This record gives sequence, C-alpha cells and structure tokens, in this order.
Amino acid sequence: MTAITPTASSPSLLARARAWLRDSQIPPVYGILVIIFIAAILLDAVFGIDDQLFIFNQTILTNILVRSVALGIVAVGQTFVMLGASIDLSVAYMISVTAVGASYLMAGDPGRVWWTVLVLFGVGLLVGLVNGLLVGRLKINALIATLGIGLILRGLLNATFENFAGSVPASFQSFAYDTIGPLPISVLVLFLVVLAGWFVLRRTKYGAHLYAVGGSEEVARLSGLRTGRVLVVAHMICSATAVLTGLFVVSRLRAGAPWVGTDGLYDLESIAATVIGGTALSGGKGGVWGTLAGVLIFSILDTMFNQIGIDAYMKQILRGAIIILAVGFYTFRSRAEQG
Amino acid sequence: MTQITANTAIEESLGARAWRWVRAVNPVYLIALALLVWVGIRNPVFFQPDNFLTFLQRATPLMILTAGQVFVLVSGGFDLSVGSVVTSTVIIGAILANNDPNATWWVILALLLGGFIVGLVNGAVTTFLKVPSLIATLGMLLIAKGIGLFWSGGAPRGYLPDNFRMWGRGGIEGLFGLQDFPYAVIVLVVFGVGYWLLLHRLNYGRQLLALGDNPRAARLSGVNVNLVRISAFVICSMTAVVAGVLLGGRGGVSIEAGTGLEMQSIAAAVLGGTMLLGGRGSIPAAMTGALALELLFTLLNLMGLPKPLRDAVQGLIIIGAVAYTAYSTRRTR
Amino acid sequence: MKPLRFLSLLLIALLMLALVACGGTTTTTEEPVEEAAGEVEEAAGEAEEAVEETGEEVAEAGAGLGMEAAAVASEFFSQEELDNSIRLMDVTPEGPEGEPWNQALEPNFIDTTQYAKEGPYTFCFSNAGVNNPWRVVGYNTMEAEVELHPEIEEWIHVDAEGNDEKQIADIQDLVASGNCDILIVSPNTTLALTPAVEAACEVLPVVVFDRGVQTDCPATFVQPIGGYAFGYTGAKFLADNLPAGANVVALRILPGVDVLETRWAAAKQVFEEEDLNVVEVQFGDGNNDKVKTIITDAIQKHGQIDGVWMDAGATAVAAIEAFEDAGAPYPVINGEDQQDFLVKWQEEGLTAIAPTFPTFQWRTAVIAALKVLQGEQVPDPWRLPQPAVTQDNLEQFVQPGMPPLHYAMCGCETMPDFPERWGGTASE
Repeated sequence: MTAITPTASSPSLLARARAWLRDSQIPPVYGILVIIFIAAILLDAVFGIDDQLFIFNQTILTNILVRSVALGIVAVGQTFVMLGASIDLSVAYMISVTAVGASYLMAGDPGRVWWTVLVLFGVGLLVGLVNGLLVGRLKINALIATLGIGLILRGLLNATFENFAGSVPASFQSFAYDTIGPLPISVLVLFLVVLAGWFVLRRTKYGAHLYAVGGSEEVARLSGLRTGRVLVVAHMICSATAVLTGLFVVSRLRAGAPWVGTDGLYDLESIAATVIGGTALSGGKGGVWGTLAGVLIFSILDTMFNQIGIDAYMKQILRGAIIILAVGFYTFRSRAEQG
Repeated sequence: MTQITANTAIEESLGARAWRWVRAVNPVYLIALALLVWVGIRNPVFFQPDNFLTFLQRATPLMILTAGQVFVLVSGGFDLSVGSVVTSTVIIGAILANNDPNATWWVILALLLGGFIVGLVNGAVTTFLKVPSLIATLGMLLIAKGIGLFWSGGAPRGYLPDNFRMWGRGGIEGLFGLQDFPYAVIVLVVFGVGYWLLLHRLNYGRQLLALGDNPRAARLSGVNVNLVRISAFVICSMTAVVAGVLLGGRGGVSIEAGTGLEMQSIAAAVLGGTMLLGGRGSIPAAMTGALALELLFTLLNLMGLPKPLRDAVQGLIIIGAVAYTAYSTRRTR
Repeated sequence: MKPLRFLSLLLIALLMLALVACGGTTTTTEEPVEEAAGEVEEAAGEAEEAVEETGEEVAEAGAGLGMEAAAVASEFFSQEELDNSIRLMDVTPEGPEGEPWNQALEPNFIDTTQYAKEGPYTFCFSNAGVNNPWRVVGYNTMEAEVELHPEIEEWIHVDAEGNDEKQIADIQDLVASGNCDILIVSPNTTLALTPAVEAACEVLPVVVFDRGVQTDCPATFVQPIGGYAFGYTGAKFLADNLPAGANVVALRILPGVDVLETRWAAAKQVFEEEDLNVVEVQFGDGNNDKVKTIITDAIQKHGQIDGVWMDAGATAVAAIEAFEDAGAPYPVINGEDQQDFLVKWQEEGLTAIAPTFPTFQWRTAVIAALKVLQGEQVPDPWRLPQPAVTQDNLEQFVQPGMPPLHYAMCGCETMPDFPERWGGTASE
C-alpha cells in the first residue's frame, strides 16, 4: 500500500499519474500527508529556531513515528466502530483505566505482567461489549452511550485510585523504549496493528459485514446480517485497541494516573484522525491505512510546531483549521469524483 | 401542548406547575419535578422565592445554551464549539470592554457579531464543504478557544464593567416584592418564549424539523436547505455568546468559563427528548432537561456524594434517560 | 433479541452495583497505594496547574468531616515535611536583600565545574504548558529574564500543552537535536517525566523547577517552600482572626493532585487544632461559576459563613462576590497574589491574607541554569522563600493597570518591558 511514483514518460504523464493514483486505491489523505510533510520541511528551513533541519536528524524522524503510536493504535479501533457508523467516546477513559490498572496490578513485579495484560484485555473486551450492546442492541445513540460509559469509567477509576499508583516493571518499559535495529518496538507494534486491522477489514467476511452494516444498516439487516452482533464486535475491537494504547502509554510513563487518557485527548483526536484519514462518520467508507496517515499528520504537525517554535494558542488555531480543511478537501474531492 | 405549559410554568405557583407537569407526557418533566421535590426536601429554604430565583439565575446560561443547541440538533448536526465560544466571549469581552462602562453596548454587539461569524463558518463548512458537523465544530472548538487565548496571551486581561456583568449578576430591586429579580431570569423567559415561537410556531421551525427529518424531501418541498441549516448554526453560536455574557457576568473573567458546556448542552437536550441526527425536538422539553441537569448537580452537591461518584451517577442517568427515550420511540412506531 | 436486551440491562445493573460497592470500599483499597507515598510527597509545584486537568478528579470517600473532599489522601501526607515547611517559613533566606528570586533557604552549595562551558549559550526549555494564568505570568517573567543575559544567544521553548506523553517526546527531540547547552524542565507530572529527565541528564546538564522529578541527576532543582506552607499560612490566618467554632468553607480545585493535597493537609490540621467548624469542603474546579454556586448554597444552608479558605486564589473574587450577592457580611478569607483579589481586598477593606506560590521561581530557573553553565556554585535544592501578601505590605503589591489574574509576586516590576509584557498598561 505504499505510494510508488510512476516513472512513465509519455506526454500525458500527469493525466496518467492521476489515473494511476485513482486506480491504486491509495487513500487521498496520503496526498495531504505528503503536502504537509513537504510544507513542514520548508517551514523548518525558513523559520526553524535551530540551525539543523529535522529531516536530517534520524532520532527526530523516528520520534515522529513514536509520537504516532499511542494515538495510532486506538485510532485503528476507532476506525472499526466508525466504519460501522458508530463512534466511541469512552476510549480516553479506557486508556486511563488500563494505564492505572497496569501499574497497580503489576506493582513493579515482572512476574505479574502476563496475567495483568490478560486481565486488562478482559476488562477492555467487557467494556466494549457493554458499549456494543448499548449501541447495537438497545439502539442508544453511540455518542451518548459511550460518553455515559466514559463518565462511569471515570467515576469508578477515580473513586478507587488516587494519582499515580504502583509502577510497571522496568522490563515492561522495553515496549516503549527498546528498539530492534533502528526501529522502535512500539512503532513495529503500531504497524502490526494497522496491518491486522487492514487484514480483518479487507480479507475477512467480518470486514465485509462491517462495511455493509455501516453502509446501510437497513439493507444489511434485510439481507440477513446480524447487524447488532457486527457492531458489538467492532466495539470490542475498539476497546481492545484502547487497552493496547493504555499499555503503551503506561510503559512510557512508568506509572499510570487517572488523567493520562483524557489529557492525551485520545477520544476526540482519534475521531479526528480517523475522519481526516477518509473514514466517513456515516460509516461504510474508509479504512485503517487512511487513519494511519491521519495520525502521522498530527505527529508531523507537532514536530513542526516545535521546530519553528509556534505559540501554544496559535497551535490550537492551526490544528483546528487543518482538521477542517483536510476533511473539507477530502469530502470535496470524493464528491467531485462521484460526479 | 406540553410546550406551552412548561414555558409559562417557570413563574407559576408550585401547585399549578406540578399539576401541569404531571399531565404532560414527556418524562423529562417528571424527572425535573422529582429532582425539584428531592432538592426541596434536602434543602427546605430552596423554595423561598429569592433562593429559587437565584437558582434559576444560575441555571439560565445552560438552559438557553441548550435551547440554541436544539436548533442545530434538530437540523441533524452537532455544535461542539459552544463551550469555546462561551470562554472566548468572556475573555474577549474583558479585553474589549476593559472596565469601561461606556463600552459595554458596542462590546456586546461586537461579541454577537463574532458569534454570528462563528456560526456562519460552522454552517458554511458543514453545508458547502460537506464536512460532518461533528468535525467542523470540533475544529471550531480549537479555533475559537485558540483565538481567545491568543488574543489575551493566555491569561485574562482587563475587567468586565459592572453594567456588562449586571446581566448575569444583577437584578431589579423590589420587583414583585422580591429582594432582587434577576435580569438573567428575564433573559431566560424572553429566549424561552422566542425560541419556542421560532421552532414550534413559525414556518422556519417547520422547515428546520423537515430538514432534520429528511433533507432530500425538505429540498424537494421547496425548503432552502442551505440557508436553513446555516441559520441553525448561527442561532446556536449567537446563543452561546449570550450565555457567555451571562456567565461572564455571574462569575467574572476566567479561562474556565465554558469548560464542558458543549457536552452538557447536548446531554441536556437529549434528556429533553431531542433526537440526535435530527427531526425531532422541543425547546421547552430541552430547557427542562437543562434545568433537570442543574438540579441534579445541586442535589448531588447537597448529598455530599464523593465527586467521582457524581460523574458516574451522571453517566448512568444520561444513558438511562436516552435508553428510555430510544425504547419508547421504537415502541410507538 | 429478547435475551440480549435482558443481558445488556443486567450488565448495566452490574455496573451500578460495582459503583455502589466501590463507594463503600474506597477506604480499604487505598492501602496498597500508600507505597507510592514516599515518592510522591517530594513533589512540590503549582496549584493553578491543576485547572487544566478539569475532569480528571480523584477523591476518596468517608473520613474526617463526613465529606469526601475533606479527607487527606494519605499518600500525599508527611508530618515531617509539614513541620519542616512551617520551620522554613521563619528561616531568614540567604542572598541579596529585596531580590527573593536570588535568595535561598539553608542553601547547600554544590560544585558545577563539570558543566562549565564557554558562552554564548543555547538554552532549551521543555515546558509542561502555559495553560493557566500562573504559568503565563511565569513564562513571561522567564522570557524577560532571558533577555537580561546576552550570554544566552538562543532560547528554544517547546510547550507540551499539559500532556505527559508529549513532554517526553519533546525532551527526546530537544536532546536529539544536539543544539542545547542546557535543558530546563518544568515537568507536567513528577513520576511520568522521571525517565525522560534521567535520559537527558546523561547527555547534558538539566535544571528542574516547579514540580520535581524522582531522580537526583539534574544539576539542581529550584523550588519554593511548597504546598504545606501555603495551606498553613491561610488557615493560620483564619484561625487567628476568627473565634473558635466559627463556620468555615474550604474551597479546593481538584482532588488527587499532589501539590494541592499538601495545601489542604496543612490547613486541615490547623482547623482541627484551632477548633474551627469546617462546614463545607468542596471542589470548585477553578471555575468561577461553580465557586459562586458552592458559596451561595453554603450560605443558604448554614445561615452564616465566617471564613473561606482556598487552596488557590483564581476564584477568590467570585467567592467574595457570592457574599455580596447574598447580602451577607464579608468573610475572613485567604486568596492568592492575583491582582483582582488584591484590588478587591484593598477596595473593600477585607480581613484577608494572600499566601503565594511565587512566580519569580521562573526567573530563578534561568539564573540557576546560567550559573551551572558558568561553573559557579549553586544551591541544590534551591529552596526559595515563599512570602505572603499581608495587610502590611498589600499596598506595594496592588498594581493598577495589571490584568486581573496577574500574579503580583513575580519579582518582575523592574524587568524590561514591564508592564506591557505581562499584559498591563503603565499606570498613571
């Protein structure tokens, strides 16, 4: 799924390139990604606060990928629920629950890592199940249902834990800090998650069902799909990715506090990244590769803002404008294509 | 039918209100009534006219904000930017007015104009760029707050003059034999009645509801879909400015003024039976939903529940209310 | 369809049960958490910080005054630290007179020749955020301090916007860029930033201020006396000016934030010793509107409120206005060094005090970093004095023309571009 520039040399090079791009199924968001990447390099060259360009610094380039891991993993899950025309606002709280739960249960003991991870995934799947049942079976609006579940999780978490509790063992931190060759393990995990997401969505029957449900629930139901069940599974997958993100965050922070998920804005940002990546809020259209590009856009922006030293409030304004413009560009383009 | 009753009920005597509410069908009225009684039991002085008006004064910003949000919700959209608009209204209002009482009027006008522009952008982006309103207003959430903070340098600057603050803080002395009749309550009544007329009695409201129900059908029946949709966002943003003026008046300058209001206003509207993604909603019911939410906060405060559990209880109640609404609508279909 | 609906309702019921159960068992679950106690209490920092964390509340049930907000989370409390803080308040600081940012309490000077380097320098600063007025004033002061030193050729500031994850990545980027001669860190949270600071220490000298980190590797750590002193000063003033048994409302921002818990811990002890009747302990989220609501309800409920204690002063004026609106007499109150409070205090002749968590520490961080690079001796930790605004020196801190939430204890009056840089206008 990587972009390879065509090397044809006929006079209609541009037209052919466009046709090729259209047929290649590369999400158009990669166009935005490339534009922003080039813009970042140019801006860094002109306004950069230090002499060195980030593009030549391997650590900073790797860091762009590492910055994407936490958001990227959970955004893959968010893509699943959004493909099913649902949404999950509880992920940020799920991440907090995981982060605090992991550091509390592991309590610095490497021997407790495995069952802790299993327990947390169990909790995640349970929360996903509840979300899914509320949305898929009880037909409660997903926004409200998952917001409510989020509030409940927050309440339970805060009633039980104060501040930072316990810590994860040093060996567990290798998830966040170790590398295989030049590639951090966490980045590898991110790519595996995206790959797995792509496989499930595009190569399994379940993926096809999810697209069908998101496209039109009515049609899907009439054609014999158990739409509720499909949505429940999507929500369980989403919560599971939130757990994985939580594990990554806690391995990076060494200990989890109840605010790590919400301070990271993982709920709204994962939705924004997914939509920028070309997944329709109304469901049925999009995919995880687009989402990955959406997440990378956020990381590149972060790095660029640091490099050229932009004021924090201006950053917010720019981020908001870029979210709107990117999605606007995308929807505009897809409409033009449709006719 | 229920709309008329609830709206005028605000100043009616307790007995008449209770009687009318019992008769009403929308469960939000019963919820609000139950909460009202419960608060009254916990705090007997609550129903003394002055105290009750103080409570209404406190509830006004959320109530009118919810009414504004209803316009966007019934059109099939969301407005997540209202909280940021409230915060920026307070911050920018303080910079512009800078404690000069003569500036108050043009500052309020300028703020309303700002709200108009924000609504226009929200609406235009949603309508013409076809960006889902959830994302468009999420972007606006960042932009609106960013502009306020950027302008002020991150911390509030300047003070709001007293005649600006009077709308949220002051009142008419001696009216109806009361110590103080809050201006905010007058604003509440004006907006409540005005918005009720607009949504439930005028052609515009009919068009808006038709648009939310089925845009294509609305277009075919001659509704200027784009204009109606954009105007809903404009109404919502300008209402947020009014709520900001009231909140700034009540509390003074703060960068926290609007925090969390976007979700509260949506939850309140939903509690009042407004259907997300459009087509159905009622101003009085939604405003009562906001009132119920404020009563709930007051009650949880009075009960001295641990704060985290308050969050959880709030979550449960919201889910429960919406589940009930979803269930009962399906049954009636 | 039917059984599944039943199942989901059952699940909701289960969640509710869990909720209720948790309310009852909080006191038992807190024991394992105590392990963290020794680690966390080291941290000192700033209250307004917490405002950004609205919605990330932590609290515990039961105990004390029958209100959850009244309980002091045990892992945040250390009697020894409290006693030491009270003792430090009476210690005469060493250093130039009238320049508290250059002073230190009981300094323990350390040698820094190992870091000595020829100028000009590039300073890098990883900031937790400028997301509240205290940090805005602090950062403005810091930038002004940087301008005072021509040796600092470049000043690179990255802002983590209150996000631990982002601050870790920021520090890694700064270290990797290879441009920094020294790194100043204002950590967003103590525990989470420790590994990143440890890694940075291996490459270049680091100066930490405001909140601490759990490692000794930084060249020095700049820190005022801290939260205990803040809470103690306010509570003691209330006790001295009110008869025993007077009704007091305690207003806090958020539960579970170490630097705020220490303030309340100290105050609570004073109230118990001096027999004040704390009728309400509530969290106001740093939100004017909520604070007003809390005070209004408290006056309604208890008839008379004689004193108000606050763990941070940003909402002090809203609290005072609630008394005005209710037609009640002004309480004895502690705020903080925000201009709006000081002005109100002067105008209305309140009985008040303003303990501070001084913003001049942002200056000290730059001064300390420069000393380290020049190989001069610095105190480690650099404990700054923490003066309070009282009736006696109120006049000198009321500065007309400054913004409402300007923190008067900034030590910035003689700095370049005062007052415009801090958002003020020169007074007549």
